[in-house]
Amino acid sequence: MIRHFDTGGAPHFPPQTTVRSVMLQVIYALLPGVIAHAWFFGPGIVVQILLACGFALLFEASCLAIRRKPLKLFLGDFSAPLTALLFALCLPPLAPWWIALVGMFFAIVIAKHLFGGLGHNLFNPAMVGYVVVLISFPQFMTAWLPPLELASWAPTLGQVLSTIATGHPPGGLAWDAITGATPLDTIRSSVATGKMVSEARQAPIFGDFGGLGWEWIANWYALGGLWLLWRRIISWQIPVTMIGSVVLLGLAAYLADPGSNPAPLQHVFSGALVLGAFYIATDPVSGCASPRGRLIFGAGVGIITLAIRRWGAYPDGVAFAVLLMNMMAPLIDRYTRPRIFGQPA
Amino acid sequence: MLRDAMDQAKLAGATLHNFHGGLQLRHNKRISCELPIERAAPAERFYVPLLQQSGQEAQPIVAAGQHVLKGEAIGCVEHLGSGYLHAPTSGTVSAIGTHPISHPSGFDGRCVVIEPDGLNQWTELHPVDNWQQADPDVLRQAIRSAGIVGLGGAVFPTAHKVDEASRRGIHTLILNGAECEPYISCDEMLMREQPASIILGARILQRAVGARRTVIAIEDQMGAVHQALQHALRESAAAEIDIVKVTTIYPEGGEKQLIQVLTGLEVPSGGRPTDLGLLCQNVATATAVARAVTEGKPLVERIVTVTGSGVRRPRNLLTPIGTPISVLVEQSGGYADDAARLVLGGPMMGYALASDDNPVIKAANCILVLSSDEIRPPQPEMPCIRCGECARVCPAVLQPQQLQWTVRHGLWDETVSAGLADCIECGCCDFVCPSHIPLVEWFRHGKSELRRLEAERLAADSARQRFEAREARLDRLKQDRRRRMEEKKRALGDGQEKQKRIADAIERARSRRQENP
Ligand code: SF4
Ligand code: SF4
Repeated sequence: MIRHFDTGGAPHFPPQTTVRSVMLQVIYALLPGVIAHAWFFGPGIVVQILLACGFALLFEASCLAIRRKPLKLFLGDFSAPLTALLFALCLPPLAPWWIALVGMFFAIVIAKHLFGGLGHNLFNPAMVGYVVVLISFPQFMTAWLPPLELASWAPTLGQVLSTIATGHPPGGLAWDAITGATPLDTIRSSVATGKMVSEARQAPIFGDFGGLGWEWIANWYALGGLWLLWRRIISWQIPVTMIGSVVLLGLAAYLADPGSNPAPLQHVFSGALVLGAFYIATDPVSGCASPRGRLIFGAGVGIITLAIRRWGAYPDGVAFAVLLMNMMAPLIDRYTRPRIFGQPA
Repeated sequence: MLRDAMDQAKLAGATLHNFHGGLQLRHNKRISCELPIERAAPAERFYVPLLQQSGQEAQPIVAAGQHVLKGEAIGCVEHLGSGYLHAPTSGTVSAIGTHPISHPSGFDGRCVVIEPDGLNQWTELHPVDNWQQADPDVLRQAIRSAGIVGLGGAVFPTAHKVDEASRRGIHTLILNGAECEPYISCDEMLMREQPASIILGARILQRAVGARRTVIAIEDQMGAVHQALQHALRESAAAEIDIVKVTTIYPEGGEKQLIQVLTGLEVPSGGRPTDLGLLCQNVATATAVARAVTEGKPLVERIVTVTGSGVRRPRNLLTPIGTPISVLVEQSGGYADDAARLVLGGPMMGYALASDDNPVIKAANCILVLSSDEIRPPQPEMPCIRCGECARVCPAVLQPQQLQWTVRHGLWDETVSAGLADCIECGCCDFVCPSHIPLVEWFRHGKSELRRLEAERLAADSARQRFEAREARLDRLKQDRRRRMEEKKRALGDGQEKQKRIADAIERARSRRQENP
């Protein structure tokens, strides 16, 4: 008796991974950092994440429907929630809800779907969203809460929700009364007023090597990042050259003029540097694909970040640095293609 | 440069090197190594496809109704030298007809159908006497007439490779026993059970091509093989043969990768191992050579691994070419309940067959039956997220994501410069792609499109050449005519000139006469 079989192309083994599992693993890796964030700064961050995810999925679904793409498949790839998560992690915890709305509109609709959807975006969508809201709503985007242990006022969940819903701090409090300068802001403004960095560092918002609280969040991000490296979800080149270039250049600047430059570790453990090095600059779609290209890409992001922190108009520069390097990525990839087996150099 | 490379290649196996990328796959070979190699049960009918080697069909040289003996030539190929196809058993040719032929395309093709007479009687055999002293030409001729092809799966005619090697001169023969695809164990079992014939084949091949030494490469996970070969080597007292264990990383058994592992050198793109003074042959091919030379027996059978979780008793069977696959599966305990796919070859590079009445061919190293949870479920393809995993594992150091893009958009110039021809279709990229893009399928498609375009270009070229030749001929005719006319005119002109000169002369003479009366 002849038996018939279905056929299919080689290789016949099931594939090892899916886009969904890649995205999910990145999300898992961020969770310890998110918990640390909530621990130091209160539950606002969780609300921001949920809000951003909700808007992201809404926009994603609408775009997919308009573009007649399979909803279930692409909503299930978890790329939109990851974008939302990365975006939300850059927001001050009490930012009003429309910040997430506007950010996600620019991230998902403009940066992602107008460029052709998953895999086609030139720019990192989360950073596009972030930069748009940073420029459009500077007053809200700089309203950072001090760490809970230093805060004179710790909002309850209800107060957090009402602030996010209305855009006003509860009980008639002024924004100024409840927010404080971030470590990067502090260094910036004290250098601008001619103080020494070491003096500025006496402020209570500084911890052992970075900002109080921030340094621990960064540690947890880094731990998740190492796990991603071990799982081979990200490759080592970008985190290493990005952090490496910041440390080396920061060290050079610090040694040259310790009065107006913070120590290199201060740089690494403030702002979005660690988050950027492991989770944002490593976004495969908008970054470089070749190993040598990734070395250059990471170093570029690190250098530009430092330059913006030092001379730019914003206290942190990771987002701008990533976007600038996104523009360079195709060019870098073109000139760093490895030599094909057996072909002349 | 090439000189240095040659010298470096002579040290093959002295130190081991790495190749780019590759995968660590589950080996799955043990399951088919538990039973010894056994003869396949006799089939009721043999279907010997005329298409066996490198894309060229053999011409049948027998007719329906004719009685043939085992080992008698039944087909002849005029391609890459000539090759033969032989009857796998004695019996009657019942037809030369269309039947499934185990071809990757899935198409049917012409087969010589043989009804066995059950005697399995050999035709008259002509072994080479005393091969140690025989002329290398005679050895190569014996390989040619035995119809031997590369048994690792590439089925390139061995005689052609051997001729090229002896013409260009090589120093080292590499016998490839690094069977890197999961599940396949026919070479491992062969090396365990018949190590002496491999050593013998190595020595004959070495003489046939004039190589000075042989390296037999095996995987480091083949425990018993090393001992068996070492033992056979001691018995044979052949000093110029080394056995080298290479690390098991798929696809280290690919010809180019194996050479890189052994020598640290890359076979030049578009080139061959002979460029480095090397010849690479599969271990099973070596035994076929030994049999052809010392016993005069042509290639009519091969060892086939029948395995996978879709068969009940995986094993290796010595199988006459033309045996229907169903016979082998039955002898291996039949299908398991969840048998879902029938593959000829390994899980990474083999191709799926639509039914088990396809016959065993010379290329059939493995019949793999995969269960439903071992195969790739039909799944939608996602867009490439440029994760670079495919490039990380590609042993040819290609950028599969870009290559795929150029093929998909038909950018053929870019496809060529991105190195499509260097893709060895190992499937590593496909295996790791999170977006489940059927990369290898695109690359195969791209290669066949390029071949088609090349054929079209050649056709267009020759049409243009014909046109240009005709134009040139007409042009020549026209010019000839014009030249003749001009010559005629000049001849005419010359005539007038002459007459004028004559007239002038007469005139001068006349006037002189008048001056001096
Ligand atoms: S592995 Fe797949 S998704 Fe990743 S770069 Fe290659 S083709 Fe794209
Ligand atoms: S199939 Fe081709 S492109 Fe893919 S990994 Fe193998 S050699 Fe590279």
